[in-house]
This record gives sequence, structure tokens and C-alpha cells, in this order.
Amino acid sequence: MADTFTQTLPEGVEARELGSEWMELNMGPQHPSTHGVLRIKLKLDGEVVRDSDMDIGYLHTGFEKSFEDKTYAQGIPFSDRMDYLAPPINNVGFTMAVEKLLDLEVPPRAQAIRVIMMELARIGSHLIWLGTGSLDLGAVSTFLYCWREREQILDLNEAYSGVRMMTSFTRVGGVAWDLPPGWLEQLQRFVDLFPSRVDDYEALLTNNPIWKQRTVGLGTISAAEAIEWGVTGPVLRGSGVDYDVRKAFPYCGYEQYDFNVPLGRAGDTYARYLCRVQEMRESIKILDQAIRTLPDGPWITDNRKVALPPRDELPQSMEAVIHHFRLVSEGFKPPAGDVYAFVESPRGELGFYMVSDGSNKPYRVKVRPPSFCNLQALSKMIEGRLMADVVAIIGSIDIILGDVDR
Amino acid sequence: MTEVVVVTLIKTAIILFALLTAFAYLTLFERVVQARLQARLGPNRVGPFGLLQPAADGVKLLFKETSGPATRDRFLYLAAPVLSLAVAFTAFTIVPVSGPTDLVVLGHRISWYVTNTNVGVLFYFALTSLGVYGIFLAGYASNSKYSLLGGLRSSAQMISYEMSLGLSLVPVFIVAGSFRLVDIVNAQRTWWFALPLLPAFIIYMIAGIAETNRAPFDLPEADTELVAGYHTEYGGMKFALFFMAEYINMVIVSSIATVMFLGGWWGPFGILPGPWWFLLKVVAVLFVYVWLRATLPRLRYDRLMQLGWKSLLPLSLAMMMATAVVVVAVQR
Repeated sequence: MADTFTQTLPEGVEARELGSEWMELNMGPQHPSTHGVLRIKLKLDGEVVRDSDMDIGYLHTGFEKSFEDKTYAQGIPFSDRMDYLAPPINNVGFTMAVEKLLDLEVPPRAQAIRVIMMELARIGSHLIWLGTGSLDLGAVSTFLYCWREREQILDLNEAYSGVRMMTSFTRVGGVAWDLPPGWLEQLQRFVDLFPSRVDDYEALLTNNPIWKQRTVGLGTISAAEAIEWGVTGPVLRGSGVDYDVRKAFPYCGYEQYDFNVPLGRAGDTYARYLCRVQEMRESIKILDQAIRTLPDGPWITDNRKVALPPRDELPQSMEAVIHHFRLVSEGFKPPAGDVYAFVESPRGELGFYMVSDGSNKPYRVKVRPPSFCNLQALSKMIEGRLMADVVAIIGSIDIILGDVDR
Repeated sequence: MTEVVVVTLIKTAIILFALLTAFAYLTLFERVVQARLQARLGPNRVGPFGLLQPAADGVKLLFKETSGPATRDRFLYLAAPVLSLAVAFTAFTIVPVSGPTDLVVLGHRISWYVTNTNVGVLFYFALTSLGVYGIFLAGYASNSKYSLLGGLRSSAQMISYEMSLGLSLVPVFIVAGSFRLVDIVNAQRTWWFALPLLPAFIIYMIAGIAETNRAPFDLPEADTELVAGYHTEYGGMKFALFFMAEYINMVIVSSIATVMFLGGWWGPFGILPGPWWFLLKVVAVLFVYVWLRATLPRLRYDRLMQLGWKSLLPLSLAMMMATAVVVVAVQR
């Protein structure tokens, strides 16, 4: 056929094969299911995704550069705002990097408080993932149930730090405040209640045939590919790779707690869903143990070169006043060097690479954001899938655009 | 002759008014029931118990600026919502609200329906098939990719589910021996067809939900994938027309379910007058709609088509054959 056409064509006109054209669809940045301002350029063949191109940077705020302009202590509130669904974990990650520069010991009570706050944040973040992820697939009620439980976590945050989301509760060498009276009882009530709520979510989703149809076998990534792409967190564990920073490189005394790292096998959206739901249960186990084993003692280091002296020392000790003045006016100066401190965020390995030139401000801070690395694998996961699966798969990666763009 | 015209006009006006009120309060009903199922309160600010909320919503939509994409097909863009709504209204004319005796007003005998045509249900199918055009034309006329995808999805979905919808009602015709809705209801005086024809009833309900594009089959307007599907580019009153059409279609599918399977105006005990039984049953069916929406995630498009063609269609055909065989055997 093609030959006959070429023969009849006038000179100078080239024959072109008749074919179908792919439709280019712009998903985002204002789209309800991209979990923020992510823009994906999709090439669709009908409803099948043939090619995709991620466009990020809409939420770029220059946090890494801003760190360089602030003293170490002033950097803590910036860290909250990168991953705004799990701020305590970012606080701890940033503070740990500074403590590593200083080679500073953190008192056990402060460590335990950090663990409690981090696990609460993990549950809160997973709740948002579950809520929005199921909303993407049309399960509206689960979304509101998750919000109801997250409210209790925010109340706990507020009771402890005065702020519902951006806690900024760490200080270099410990935490800012001791736990207020009655707080542990409030936490205990939440810990007692929450497992039954997870049962409720699972009753709605885990064995629901529609939910399984929408998640099983979708967005599959093998263990080898996941490692190649630098994917971490539940996305990696859903593919069966046993890597959790809390177990592999324990920090804040995670080695004292008895908990499991849930692993999937299939590496699909459903496996990641199961992993995260189990992680919520494991976090509750950690919280339960932390309440029972919470040590007494100071909640911040007594190293006066780093941490502010207690207020009652100020009227009595000239030395305390001098330390207070130095810390408030110019901060402390860690020795020159570079460190990498990393924690397990709900999304994966969150790392802070920090370079000190010996001054009171970091020379360079580079964040290794889990969302950014996990997002890179998205193109591969959605290729050849239906447009409707794209939202399910984005949801299962659990990205936070603040964390991606910084 | 004049009397017939006048009576029909009055009835039509009543239906228009009743359906619009039903639409308004169905939105409130849905929001309140869904809120309760989701551990929320729902609208309760406007008027006592939030009863004036639909009016507030209506006024808001009425006063919205009308806008649309510059590249739209102006005529079809406007015609699509009008067509959707007109079709939805017309379908209600065949529904008998009560019976079996006529209403007597000032010596005039007035029937409880606008028309009792001998092809009753076929008329309903004809109208629902027309409903596809409203949605498809909206997707086409908006000249937007999301709308187009939504429009294509819905035409495919509605056409495939209409088959099962129609076939699931055939057993009812076989048992009742008539296409007239009044005859069908009268045949259910002792036994509601939902009991002997339970599979057909279930198929009808599933297909009916898909036909009205409601959760879990709300793919044409899958808000999280297609933003809002075929009505992405519609706003203000033009959007409200689509919204009305959707909810009135829900009322009609529920009414047909009541008439075909749930015994229409017949109640198990003679306590309530006919229209109340009818209303009660329609509300019960509508509650199922809302309940499903609050519980289930959305099906994926290809699975939906599989369900329609590979499960529901063979099942409804089998149900039809089985009913025919049983009825013939009994008659012999």
C-alpha cells in the first residue's frame, strides 16, 4: 500500500506513515491527586500512559541555602517546613547532624522524648497518606476517619510544643521542654485507642475487592530496580528489601525498642499499602514501650557552650549570663568538618549532609530527601499503565512536594 | 379533551416542582447522611437543621459569573446541560406514584401518573439513552482534554450498562405480562418482585448506579483523575443543570426500582396511603446510593467495562431465560 502511495505523490513530497497520535495531557500542578504542586506531562495512547515527564520545582523555597545564613540553632525551624507532614522527624535529623559535628552526648530522656515525637509523626504522616491515597481512589470515608485520628496527634503536638504542626521541639543537645504534666496519660489513651482504628481502616480496605483491583500488581518495582533508583522507606520495603534506618543504623536509642520492620514482597501499590498500615501498628508498639521505659533525668545536655542555661541559674551565676549572651547573640561554633546524619522518615531515608567551616553558621547543608529520590522511580512505575492508575501509584509513593523541592 | 390537557399540564407542573424539590433535598439528604457515616455533622447552619442549605446553594450558583473556555462550541456547550436535564424530567412522566384507584378532585377522576403508555418501560429506556448525549456533547463541546476523556468514558459506560439495565427488567415483564407500569405494580399486590426476582433486582441496582454515574461507578466525573470529568469546564447555573440531571436521574432510577421490584404504592400493612409508601421506598433506595458512596472506592474504567459486559450482561440474560422457562413451566 505504502509503495503505491509513494508512486502517486508529487515530487518533493515525502511519504509519511499514517499512525495514531499520542495525546499529551498535563497533569498538575493544579490537580487534586498530585499531592501538591507536582506536574506530570503524560503522553497518552487512549488512556494508557506511554511516556511521562516529571516537572518539579514549583515549591522550591531554597531551604538549603537559607540554612547557610542562620546559626545552627536558628536552622531548626527551617527543617520543619521541608516535610510538613512529619516535622519532628526533620527536626531530629537536622539536630542530629549538628550534634554529630559537635560530638555531643544527648541525655536518655531527651532521646526517648524524640522517639515518642517521631513515632507520633510517623503515624500522623501515614494517616495522611492513607487518607489521601484512599480519597484518590474514591474511598471518601477513610479519608475523614484518618483525619479524625490525626487530630489527636496534632492535639498531642500542641500540648507538648504549643504548635500543632511545626513543632521545632528539638534543641542541639536535647529537646526544648520536658513533657508537660498529664501528657503521657493523654498519649496512653491514644495508644490504647489507635489499634482498633487501624482495624477499622483495614476492614474498609484490606480485603475490599475494589481496593485490591485498584492496587494489586500496579506500580510494581522489583527489589533490584528499587535499589538502583535509590528508593527508600516503605516503597523499598514493599519490594522486600529489609532496610530501615531505625534498625540498620539505630539512632536516638531505637535499639532498645522491640519492633518489627514490615516487609512486602510484590513491590506493588498493595504491598506498599500493607507495609505502611503495619508500620502504624509497629509505631504504636514503640510508643507503648517508650511510655513505660521513659527515663528520668535532664532533657537537654548540661554543656553550657551549646545549650542555654536554665532560667533560675541566670540571677545567681555570672557565668550563666555570659553563656546565655554568647549563645543568643552568636551561637556556638562547631569544629570544621563534614558529617552526614540520617533518620528514617515516613517516606524513607532522610539525610542531612552538613559542612562546617568552624564559624557559627553551617557552610553548606545538603538534604537527601526521601520523596525526591522515590519520585524518580515514578516514571518507570506508571509506564504502560492506565491514567486512572497514575493517581493510585503517585499516592502509593507518598511524596511531599516540600520535601521534593525544598 | 380540554380537561385532559389542563389536567396533564397541572400534573406536569406538579412533577416539575416535586422533582426540583426532591433534587434540592436529595442533595441535603446525601450530605447529611454521608456526614453521619463519616463522623461529621454535615450542613446545619442555614435555617433549622440546615434545611435551607439547598436554597443557599441554589442562590450561590445562580449568581455565579458564567464563563467557559474560549474555544468551546457555543451552541453545543449550552445545549448539553439543557438536554441532560430535559431528558431526566421527562422520564418521570411514566411513573405511577399511587393507585390503584384514581384520585377524585371536585368530581374529576385524576390518575396518579401523567401517562400510562403501553410501552411504558421502553419509553424510559429511550430517554436514558438520550441522556448519554448530554454528557458526551458536554465533553466534546468544552474542547478540553479532561472533559473529552470524561465524556468518552461516560458514553461507553452508559451504553454498556443500559444493556444490563434493560435486560434485568425483562423478567419483570415476563412475570407481570405487561409493559405498563401500572399493571406491573398491580401484579405485585401480594409478592414484591424483589423477592422472587432477587438476582434481577440486584443487577438492576448495580446497573442503575452505573447508569447514573454514581459512586462506585462515578468514573465520568472521577474527580481525582479527571478533575471533574465532563463538567470540568462548566460553572454556575450550567453546572447546576448537570447536577440536577444527575440527582433527578437518581430519583428516577429509584422510582423505577420501586415500581418494578418493590411493589410501588403497595405497603405490607395498610397503615399509610399509597404515595407515602412510594416515597418511603424511594428514599430507602436512595439511602443505599449514599451508603455505597460513603463506603466503596471507585472502580477502574476497564474493570467497570469488564463487570458490565462479562458479568452483568450474561447474568441478566441467564436470569431472563430462567424466568421465561419457569413461567412457561408453571403455565403449562
